[in-house]
Amino acid sequence: MSFYQIIEEFNDFDIPAYLSNVSTSQVKATLQKDFLKPQDFLTLLSPAATEQLEAMARKAHQLTLQHFGRVIQLFTPLYLSNYCVNRCLYCNFNSDNAIGRRKLDAQEIRSEAKAIAATGLKQILLLTGDIPGKAAVEYLTEAVTLVREYFTSIGIEVNPLAVDDYRRLAQAGVDSMTIYQEVYNQEVYDSLHLSGPKKDYHWRLNAPERACQARLRTVNIGALLGLHHWPSEAFFTGLHASYLQNNYLDTEINISLPRIKAGPVGYQPQSPVSDAELVQILLALRLFMPRSGMTLSTREPADLRNHLVPLGITRMSAGVNTAVGGHIDGHTDDGQFRISDERSVDEVRQMLISKGYQPVTQDWHHIAG
Amino acid sequence: MDKLIIGGKELKNRLFIGSGKFADESLIGDIVAQTGVEVVTVALRRVNLNGGKENILNYIPKDCVLLPNTSGARNAEEAVRIARLARAAGCGNWVKIEVISDNKYLLPDNNETIKATRILAEEGFVVLPYMHPDLYAAKELERAGAAAIMPLGAPIGTNRGLKTKEIVRILIEECELPVIVDAGIGKPSEAAEAMELGAAAVLVNTAIATAGNPAMMANAFSQAVQAGRQAFLAQPGETTEFARASSPLTGFLRS
Repeated sequence: MSFYQIIEEFNDFDIPAYLSNVSTSQVKATLQKDFLKPQDFLTLLSPAATEQLEAMARKAHQLTLQHFGRVIQLFTPLYLSNYCVNRCLYCNFNSDNAIGRRKLDAQEIRSEAKAIAATGLKQILLLTGDIPGKAAVEYLTEAVTLVREYFTSIGIEVNPLAVDDYRRLAQAGVDSMTIYQEVYNQEVYDSLHLSGPKKDYHWRLNAPERACQARLRTVNIGALLGLHHWPSEAFFTGLHASYLQNNYLDTEINISLPRIKAGPVGYQPQSPVSDAELVQILLALRLFMPRSGMTLSTREPADLRNHLVPLGITRMSAGVNTAVGGHIDGHTDDGQFRISDERSVDEVRQMLISKGYQPVTQDWHHIAG
Repeated sequence: MDKLIIGGKELKNRLFIGSGKFADESLIGDIVAQTGVEVVTVALRRVNLNGGKENILNYIPKDCVLLPNTSGARNAEEAVRIARLARAAGCGNWVKIEVISDNKYLLPDNNETIKATRILAEEGFVVLPYMHPDLYAAKELERAGAAAIMPLGAPIGTNRGLKTKEIVRILIEECELPVIVDAGIGKPSEAAEAMELGAAAVLVNTAIATAGNPAMMANAFSQAVQAGRQAFLAQPGETTEFARASSPLTGFLRS
């Protein structure tokens, strides 16, 4: 059974109606359970659950402490290229947008890697816009080979690839991949992605599973919160994570919580998510998937990120610049999105220590080959 | 004399500790100083192989036996590679084999663990395999050259206690090797319970590292381990279903 079939099972299920009928006692009973079923998870995304946020937070904190300890992993993205063939309404890299385009060459990739490594980070996430055809894998493989000496863990966040391509990248030294479905609702997906390979909903939806089949160590998924009715999107994100974890036990399935607040000129998120709602999503996901790593990006402001640390987060980006080549020359123009937490790696580190957490910059070695 | 000898090394302290999950790694040194812990396990994945000032190894006192573990290995091959990396990086020749291909419950894979043990023991490592308690696997690990076996008390990180007690008891009875209960021990009383049963040692990480006061909790564990060991050596009296007076009424018949 593919994950799409699981989505289809909910075609006739009225999620908003279910949510509005959840009672306080139902939420309280759910909080007593050790293992949550999908319906229990949905219960925690209901309006009734908002009154139990503190109780949910206590449990989420306890579970995270038990499974991950007082430890937060730090990493940063390295943007390799912002050329893109897609037209996605919410994204700055949309090929219609008149931004400065740049693709790093070998020399520049090395310089970026060096600059990032100098901050003490050892975990990197390589990003590109959608490069069509085989060029993507060739370029990425070269980039991985170039940055390998600087980092102990290399992730990729690029357009969906085939199993063999993921395998090839794993051999080159990639151990994790991140891909966001952006929006699980198929109609909304279609309306936001005007043209380009990304229009293919299924190819993207099955990408995390293909990465699991290629035996990447970590697969990180998420929905871009704000594009559509958040409880449904959070629900399907959790189901997707659970589906992958159940079918690929030896892959670590992680979840990210990217929230879009503003897009490029002319686009406004249709279903904005408030801070309280973001917290509710984080807590519900933690209780549903107690062992999944959860990532919080610098899309969120420093103060909110500080407060979210004890609630279930296990990975944070730090010292972020979403512009291609931004670490070499310090410019921030033409990035993928505007970051809200501009603190340096060291400042994030100090914040974690002051909150009683150990910042971890390394959690793997290349052992392949 | 009550000695625990593993890999030719005589150990006085039967509490082994883990080094993950601490808010501040400098606590490890304090714990070792206060409790006399001699064996500290460290995940090689967290070790900076190039040295450098930010390195977990800097927080582990030099006179401790370093027990690098193969956390992150999904099969025997990966465990072997990690163990070799550890030795090459100067972490000594002890290794705790952890092969886990289940990210939901983090249960160890005994088959792959046996394979890795065989290879590494042959290469001269002192191999301590973390295992799911099972007699056949334990015997196989013995034959493969393990220096001790480390059955789990409960799934790792759960603090649920000695849930596998009946099987651990059989392993202690039937195995020649020291049996070290690893994972799941949440409270000092549970560590004492394992030691009373005849375990050679216990390894504790989560329960100490995530305690409100890790150093104080480590002390409590250390004392519990000693108490449990002494109780085992003292050979506890028989337990019975019914109350029995200490001066039986029929004592005169035997005098």
